[in-house]
Amino acid sequence: MQTEAVAGSGPAPSGGRRPGTEAFWNRDLVGRAFKEAVRKLHPRWMAHNPVMFVVEVGSVFTTADAIRYLASGNMVQFGFIAQISVWLWLTVLFSNFAEAMAEGRGQAQAAALRRTRTGVMAKKETPSGLQEVPGTDLVKGDVVVIVAGEVVPGDGEVIEGVAAIDESAITGESAPVVREAGGDRSAVTGGTLVISDRIRVRITAGRGETFLDRMIGLIEQASRQKTPNEIALAILLAGLTLIFIVVVVTLAPFSAYSHATVSVSVLIALLVCLAPTTIGGLLSAIGISGMNRLLQHNVIALSGRAIEAAGDVSAILLDKTGTLTMGNRQAVEFRPVAGVSEKELAEFALLSSLSDDTPEGRSIVKLAREKYGVNAQAEGGTFVPFTAQTRMSGLDFDGRVIRKGAGDSVAKHVQSLGGTVPDVLASVTQEVSKLGGTPLVVAVDNRCLGVIYLKDVVKVGIGERLGALRRAGIKTVMITGDNPLTAATIAKEVGVDEFLAEATPERKMEYIIDQKNQGYLVAMVGDGTNDAPALAHADVAVAMNTGTMAAREAGNMIDLDSNPQKLLDIVETGKQILITRGALTTFSVANDVAKYFAILPAMFVVAFPGLQALNIMHLTSPQTAILSAVIFNALIIPALIPLALRGVTYRPVDAATLLRNNVLVYGLGGLALPFVGIKLIDLLVTALHLVQTTVR
Amino acid sequence: MTVQGILQLVVLLAVLALLAKPIGTYMYRVYHGERTFLDAVLRPVERGVYRFMGIDPAQEMRWTTYALALLAINAVGFIILFLLIVLQPYLPLNPQHFKHVPLWVAWNTAISFATNTNWQAYGGESTLSYLTQMWLVVQQFLSPITGVCFLLAMVRGFVRHNAETLGNFWQDFVRTLLWISIPLAIVATLVMVGLGTPQNFHAYTQVTTLQGGKQTIAQGPIASMNSIMQIGDNGGGYMNMNAGTPFESPNAASLTLQLLMGFLVPIGCIYLFGLMVKDVRQGWAIFVAMALMFAVGALVVYHSEAAGNPLLAHLHLAGHANMEGKETRFGPALSSLFENSTTAVSWGSTAAANDSLTPMGGLVMLFNMMTGEVIFGSWGVGMVGMLAFAVMAVFLAGLMVGRTPEYLGKKIQAYEVKMAVLAMIVPSFVILVFAALSVVLKAGRSGIFNHGPHGLSEVLYAFSSGVGNNGSAFGGLNAASPWYAATVGFAMLFGRFPMYLPALAMAGSLVKKQRVPASAGTFPTHGWLWILLLVGTVFIVGALTFFPALALGPIAEQFAMQAGKVF
Repeated sequence: MQTEAVAGSGPAPSGGRRPGTEAFWNRDLVGRAFKEAVRKLHPRWMAHNPVMFVVEVGSVFTTADAIRYLASGNMVQFGFIAQISVWLWLTVLFSNFAEAMAEGRGQAQAAALRRTRTGVMAKKETPSGLQEVPGTDLVKGDVVVIVAGEVVPGDGEVIEGVAAIDESAITGESAPVVREAGGDRSAVTGGTLVISDRIRVRITAGRGETFLDRMIGLIEQASRQKTPNEIALAILLAGLTLIFIVVVVTLAPFSAYSHATVSVSVLIALLVCLAPTTIGGLLSAIGISGMNRLLQHNVIALSGRAIEAAGDVSAILLDKTGTLTMGNRQAVEFRPVAGVSEKELAEFALLSSLSDDTPEGRSIVKLAREKYGVNAQAEGGTFVPFTAQTRMSGLDFDGRVIRKGAGDSVAKHVQSLGGTVPDVLASVTQEVSKLGGTPLVVAVDNRCLGVIYLKDVVKVGIGERLGALRRAGIKTVMITGDNPLTAATIAKEVGVDEFLAEATPERKMEYIIDQKNQGYLVAMVGDGTNDAPALAHADVAVAMNTGTMAAREAGNMIDLDSNPQKLLDIVETGKQILITRGALTTFSVANDVAKYFAILPAMFVVAFPGLQALNIMHLTSPQTAILSAVIFNALIIPALIPLALRGVTYRPVDAATLLRNNVLVYGLGGLALPFVGIKLIDLLVTALHLVQTTVR
Repeated sequence: MTVQGILQLVVLLAVLALLAKPIGTYMYRVYHGERTFLDAVLRPVERGVYRFMGIDPAQEMRWTTYALALLAINAVGFIILFLLIVLQPYLPLNPQHFKHVPLWVAWNTAISFATNTNWQAYGGESTLSYLTQMWLVVQQFLSPITGVCFLLAMVRGFVRHNAETLGNFWQDFVRTLLWISIPLAIVATLVMVGLGTPQNFHAYTQVTTLQGGKQTIAQGPIASMNSIMQIGDNGGGYMNMNAGTPFESPNAASLTLQLLMGFLVPIGCIYLFGLMVKDVRQGWAIFVAMALMFAVGALVVYHSEAAGNPLLAHLHLAGHANMEGKETRFGPALSSLFENSTTAVSWGSTAAANDSLTPMGGLVMLFNMMTGEVIFGSWGVGMVGMLAFAVMAVFLAGLMVGRTPEYLGKKIQAYEVKMAVLAMIVPSFVILVFAALSVVLKAGRSGIFNHGPHGLSEVLYAFSSGVGNNGSAFGGLNAASPWYAATVGFAMLFGRFPMYLPALAMAGSLVKKQRVPASAGTFPTHGWLWILLLVGTVFIVGALTFFPALALGPIAEQFAMQAGKVF
């Protein structure tokens, strides 16, 4: 697990870094969105959205109808029908505007990204030596040399050298990260800046397929595919619209039979009001802005499907180290063997760690000083660093050999000096293991003094986040290389539902396959090449941007900040998109009740005066009633644009509570609000004498 | 309204709640090969049938094969019946020497009895021979059974996972026939004969009445026909007036029995569903949703009928209830309950003249049928319709819990939505388009007996009854005219099979899916919130479609009546 870029990994840094996260109604953005909204009136574009297409066709009809009245000099009817057609056109424009706003916000983000890569030159290795070529001309397999101060010309893999790289252009994280040949930290991304040393990089993606290209492409609407759920919803909305078309078309013969004359324009007004225009108009904006919101979390979803799957996730695999616990362990206790005092053990533990600059070493010194008041100094001692061979570190001081390290290596060391290992040591180390800790044995010369209890430190606030996931019905699984005993203890302390101990890449993958067979949708984070098989099987696979190319290829989302906790934000964003869609759909459908009560009595009250009883809003006249309903239907779209773009607030509670709250707000609200809204608009329309009101 | 009248409704619902479990459990045991008390007799018969027909009951079917088998048995029934009606003058068992039946009436009747609609464009006792009437009985056995098979396949789509098949149609069919239809019909026939319903092959009796007039008393194998008519929610009564005549319904006890019989299998289906999905709460939620809509409908009808027609107030009749077209023996309360049931449970036989109901009463009848006969509904089909609404409700509101909507552990995705929309759109289209054509075309207009909004109600009712496979008639319409006989025939056809096929296709898609384990994040499909959502969906998606048409029909008529206007 690489943790360079996640130092102090808290919640995602957010806001203010990118255009698009700026003021919501950015004037520039709004201006461009307006122009775009008009441009999108082209029928070929409108055909993508059947609901709004119907509205547009209706607008054309009513406009023609208005012109007909104008030509025949019937100014009263003209005034009425013309206003209806203006509002119908506005309904279409508002919907286009919502989409354009969402796209504009995404494009602003994309444009900022694109700026980072224009005009980058690359030093390509050719048989005749290095050659300067434009970065965009590189193809897969080219090898380039990059030195400090240059921009990486394309995605690639370091094949020689080590360099510090500033990736802030992509991640927004200013701390430089280290990239080196071989291992899990070899991937570099185009557009980032090398700030030290010299590296040779093999380009892994040609023009148009680099990471940045894909990112830009995804953000721009061109390559935005509808997500599966969006498609299903679009079918439903088209179906409802179709039903209402038949309802309105057959209403003409019914009213003719009933000797009630109804103009075509009024029928069209009824159709537009009944059709689910609110959700139909905002549907694509919701999808686009969902992707943008993920991007604000610095996560790129490589497919829309992945975003939606994130909302559906029912099991989350989290690595213990770095995600649930701090990357390093802390000393919490000294456990001496028989015949040794705690203080003596503390003193030698301190001495062994004085020059040990690892976080573990520092925590031992701190514990010895603060809890046991030991204050030994080691002037003139020789520090013996940790090596993979000895698996020990320590100090040669004052003629004494002080060592600390893993149990078996220290035991071997003691025996080699002619000492014996006390029997009790094994039970002490095991106890520490059982408590979920790591035992470090301390020895002086050929004597084993006891054990330092190093404990995993659970990250602050992780318990609450896991609790939130559990309330939302998501199972959390801890993945660790620890033995089952240790893992069980930590799992309990952290508060995960399950754990996978002694995890190897194969076991991880098998576990994921098993969970999927049980019907779980699995999300995981991975960075190393050995994570790639598991990532490929997970439904939501978040690859760290610091990870290897293999991991990034296997994932369906990339976390630019390389913060494994981000998985939780991703899940919440996924849910938020679905909730927003559902809430606006419910709202839109529930709106129909009030619109019926506004328009139907208005249409037929002349033929059947008794139907005035259905005019429960007491709207002034048939004309004001119909106009008010149409105006409400149009205005509700821009009114809901902020909600569509920002998303409905998601709180991690169980589904029953969430459903109850949302049904209350968007279901009952959707029933009640139009009654109030239409009534108010009617009062205004009457007060302004917008239409001639025939008093009945 | 009287306390006694309301009590009838309460008692009925209470009895239904009590009966649902034993009937559903029995059905579950039948379909899952568990022991029942009839096994000793019926197991050998079942095996015999399979051997004789060359059926391998272990052969599992995909949705396409299942649908094909289901359509085939309906098609065969249709053809036989059509031929019997057309060839009636040349066939035996025709002591009244009934003549040729017009071709369009034959078409209408054959479709009607193949689709479990049992819309009768003819007067049974004055048109059809005993042989034809008896084959109608056979059809009244067959068509409801296909409804239950339909439900079984649909529910298996939810229950099974990572599978391909939905069961064996022939096994489902034979078991329903042997363990459910025949035993119930036998018991019911005996009880009805005991209560005084005729069962004979005599020619009609000519009698001289006390006033000295001549009267022909029609009779025949009435009890056997009416028992399966009610049990099977068919509604193809022997007599034109159905339960309103003394021979179909000799007394209040026999009418109440008929009322209850219609509910038996539909409520059993609800509980069977709960058992099959291994969560009876799911079944009860649907039961409560249906009961709620039923109770509100029944109360509205009863209230409206008891209040009567203000236009008649000056006549100082005994009582102000609307008694036109009602049996005096039954009165407004029982008549209202029976009529609400006949449209809700889709049996379609009537005990009163629906044409004479108050407009509000007629509105409720229309609502019950236009929402797709999902308020209990007939055998299996009502439950399937409700499941389609449930899928719709889950999809509309389910997104609000932040997951891809799922029902009974199965994800509802584009394909399911497409099929649910299709199952819902076609019936609405057929009702509205045929009704619209009828009120503009001369052929249609000439068949409407009443002017004004009531005429529109009559037309809407005919097509709603046809599409809903209900079969009850409002009256006031020349149902035997070529236009209505033919179009209502098509309505019945379109109302049943375009709903069958998408629903089975949906089951075929669901059965392949992985099951999502339930957790705190699962959309709860039991409990009050769900029940209200479901009712809301039936109301908004199912009924609001018809609001404009209804506004011009019964709603306009009701307000006009209150204002003292006639047409």
